[in-house]
Amino acid sequence: MDARQSVRQPGPVVIDIENITKDYVMGEEIVRALRGVSLQIRRNEYLAVMGPSGSGKSTLMNMLGCLDTPTSGRYEFNGRNVAEMDDDELAEIRNREIGFVFQTFNLLPRATSLRNVELPLIYAGMDSESREERATQALTDVGLGDRIHHKPNELSGGQRQRVAIARALVNNPSIILADEPTGNLDSKTGEEIMALLEDLYQRGHTIILVTHERDIAAHARRTIHLRDGVVESDEQTFVPRLETVAAS
Amino acid sequence: MKRFLYELEESWRIAYAQMRSNLTRSTLTALGVIIGIVAVTLMGTAIGGIQVGFDKSMAVLGDDVLYVTQWPWKPVDDWWNYRDRKKIQTEYAETINRLITAAPNSNLMVAVPTSSLMRSIKYGGNEVENVFTLGTTSDFTVTSTIDCKEGRFFNEIESRSGAQVVVIGYDVADVLFPSESPIDKFVLISGHLFKVIGVNARQGTFLGLFSWDSMVAMPLAAFNKYFNLKNELDARGENQGESDVRVKVKDKTKLAEAKDELTGIMRRVRGLPPEKKEDFSINEQQAFKSTLDPVKNTIAIAGLFITGLSLFVGAIGIMNITFVSVKERTKEIGTRKALGARRRTILLQFLIESTALCLLGGFIGLAVAYFMCFGIGKAFPSFPIQFSFGLVIASMIVSVLTGLVSGFAPAWSASRLDPVTALRYE
Repeated sequence: MDARQSVRQPGPVVIDIENITKDYVMGEEIVRALRGVSLQIRRNEYLAVMGPSGSGKSTLMNMLGCLDTPTSGRYEFNGRNVAEMDDDELAEIRNREIGFVFQTFNLLPRATSLRNVELPLIYAGMDSESREERATQALTDVGLGDRIHHKPNELSGGQRQRVAIARALVNNPSIILADEPTGNLDSKTGEEIMALLEDLYQRGHTIILVTHERDIAAHARRTIHLRDGVVESDEQTFVPRLETVAAS
Repeated sequence: MKRFLYELEESWRIAYAQMRSNLTRSTLTALGVIIGIVAVTLMGTAIGGIQVGFDKSMAVLGDDVLYVTQWPWKPVDDWWNYRDRKKIQTEYAETINRLITAAPNSNLMVAVPTSSLMRSIKYGGNEVENVFTLGTTSDFTVTSTIDCKEGRFFNEIESRSGAQVVVIGYDVADVLFPSESPIDKFVLISGHLFKVIGVNARQGTFLGLFSWDSMVAMPLAAFNKYFNLKNELDARGENQGESDVRVKVKDKTKLAEAKDELTGIMRRVRGLPPEKKEDFSINEQQAFKSTLDPVKNTIAIAGLFITGLSLFVGAIGIMNITFVSVKERTKEIGTRKALGARRRTILLQFLIESTALCLLGGFIGLAVAYFMCFGIGKAFPSFPIQFSFGLVIASMIVSVLTGLVSGFAPAWSASRLDPVTALRYE
């Protein structure tokens, strides 16, 4: 059976958001970026967050990624209240629970793949031997076992994003948060990256994909549409292929 | 704690990579620190040299010797009270010595008379004017450490008999005998022949303080025979020459007791009734030191302040470049924060970057200063230069502090960056 056709059974709740809002002060005006969003994400879900610009998509992603705290509402990450954490506690959560994949890769330009992937482990306080071992393993897992001593400018765009994914994986986080991961790649390389994410999902990872492209979002099993700071729709989007239906 | 060490290691690695990739910029910035450290180090060296020169001059006086003089060794406002005091006679030394020997528990060891004048000395066609000419006894070597480069100081027999022998200072020997040994040669002082029996080792001069290098010493008996102090009046009728008595103390920890004892002895010598004030002064090295110390300290503070300014300019350069570095790498800071770097981590990273730059500048500056000192020492041997290990440590500490202080503001601003804003920064 084609792996892409299977929906894995989601596990316990990882992210529990209830009625969160986020206001920004922009000059004289107060911008209500989120106006009450409630959401539950379970372990081993593959979720896409969609919405036009200005919908609050980026703000929600920052909340999910613990880069920012909500103005009001409840946010629990693995049962811990994130809404009231200070900067360093948030850094700790980001380090251990969240793997970031950025549109622009955000690799350190002068560091090798290995050193880039090691970075979260340094912040986690791991000794250099285990670090190297884990980072090498993560790079091998994304198919870059032979590129560990290359610097970003010696790698192609797709390879760079793979390094970034390896970096996101290396600390074995609860969720992988990918913000337009294919936005800077051509469509063929983009598909390769999406295949890699699919593979990670199949291996039991929780993936949250933020995108405005329908094609990309189609890879996810569940899609949330945001509009004007509220959840417009939340649906299971996985469409089994005919033969799969026939088989079941 | 472990995490802190890994972060520290990582920070050093980043700092190194950063310096390497921005070589021109780092070099120029470090140059500011290099110049600052060179200036401060050279100043420190000069101050160290001054201290050494000062201590050497002080050592000539001896820290266990009391000086009986007409004038006290400190500035006085009521000079008229001292002006008419009776002169100190060299004969007092004999009386003092007799009284010391008579008192078994005396704190004093021996009294040595000295008389001095400024005289010209000739040998062949060479002449040195205004040489400090000292007449004393052979006990003089007890009160002052005199190293002879060649020959010896005069002995007791020569001293008592008033032999026409002299010990000459290094500089005097240098001028009079540029290419031969002065020993056993005869020099002419005020028309009288004296045989040179010793040459002092070089002492170095400092701020015009007294130095053996430009003096000659002869037995007091000979001095009194050929130079009569009482007749040595200059145009203003002032006596140019001077006599005093120096007394060596047995135990320098009991200097105060010794001073009291000597005061008592001198009062007896002068025949002073109890109600009368002393008409002489008893001085020690310390008194001299306490008048000169403020001068020396002022030079040191002013010098360090002025050279410190150049280091300050270097520090501003470091601060500036660290701000630029933070600005340029805002996105990187955002990424690091997203990956779990805490505020402290970011703060540390930029502090270490600025410190590494300062340390590098410090090392180079120190090396430059070392070679400059070496060169100056070779070119001007008389200039006191003291390049010490303490100075190396001090300038390293100063470099690190400069890095920490100048890096703090930019590093702090980096650590406070909001990760969302930083990530979005282009």
